[in-house]
Amino acid sequence: MSADYAHERLGKTERERTATAAWSIRVRVVLAMGPATAIAGIAWALVQPWRLTLLHPHGQGLWWLLAEPPLYVVLVGVLFRMLIAPGLIRDIEDAA
Amino acid sequence: MTIAGIEPKAEMVHWWFATGILVLGLLLVAEVVVGPEVWGRRPWRRYLWPGLCFLLGLLMWPVMALYTNSMIHMVAHGSWAQVLMLTGGAELGVVRGKLHSQYWRLTSVVALLVSGTAFLVHEQNGWYFARAAFLHHALGWTLIVAAVFPLAQAFRPRSVVAASGFAMTFLVIAVLLYCDRDSAAIFGHFSTFAGVPHR
Repeated sequence: MSADYAHERLGKTERERTATAAWSIRVRVVLAMGPATAIAGIAWALVQPWRLTLLHPHGQGLWWLLAEPPLYVVLVGVLFRMLIAPGLIRDIEDAA
Repeated sequence: MTIAGIEPKAEMVHWWFATGILVLGLLLVAEVVVGPEVWGRRPWRRYLWPGLCFLLGLLMWPVMALYTNSMIHMVAHGSWAQVLMLTGGAELGVVRGKLHSQYWRLTSVVALLVSGTAFLVHEQNGWYFARAAFLHHALGWTLIVAAVFPLAQAFRPRSVVAASGFAMTFLVIAVLLYCDRDSAAIFGHFSTFAGVPHR
């Protein structure tokens, strides 16, 4: 193996490794976004349990029983993880 | 009077729109993370955020029609409905290929400036009157300052900083809307004219 070829090969491998690492980080970020959102919602529910009328439903009207903002945040995180993230991960891997 | 008795409270409507805007923010952040090429690999994904933006604009019309506690509220809600639909429609035209200029992103600048101004104009009380007043001021100024991001995108469409700023703006707006209560204290301040305080 000539020194030039070895140097070129080494450089290419470096570039490939860097590109793979970048894709890997992107995959991890996309995978983490849904759970991070859901965890934020759970943390909010723990810090401000009075925002969840389901925990004290007696005497609450219909709208108050439907208005559960921390659960909305959890739901958004779960739906993002289930509906958006899988396709994105596949496309990131295809592009790589 | 009957309608006022059965319609949801204003704070609930804020939380529902916060949820829509949170979804919008997550979609935009994801697009920044993976890049526009990967994001556009599935055609339906390109329509997600402009479609949701347009839908939020449509849903703002019933808010305008039903929450008629003041003229200026109706004007503010109506203007949000129009600019959300304008931005969503323009972006839908761009992703569909009907519109080609990168300067259609300027509709987002208009939307943020109009929305921010409407927030500031229709809030008649000072920052520390109550939490709702504080959040209206904070939302208004956030939107006006954030208009710089789509403005930068119109001239530098591939700017990651501008795209990130635009995406994060929606997450901040969602958080501020979720914080809203019809009557609650803000940093220990609560006007005696603001009603009965909630947590």
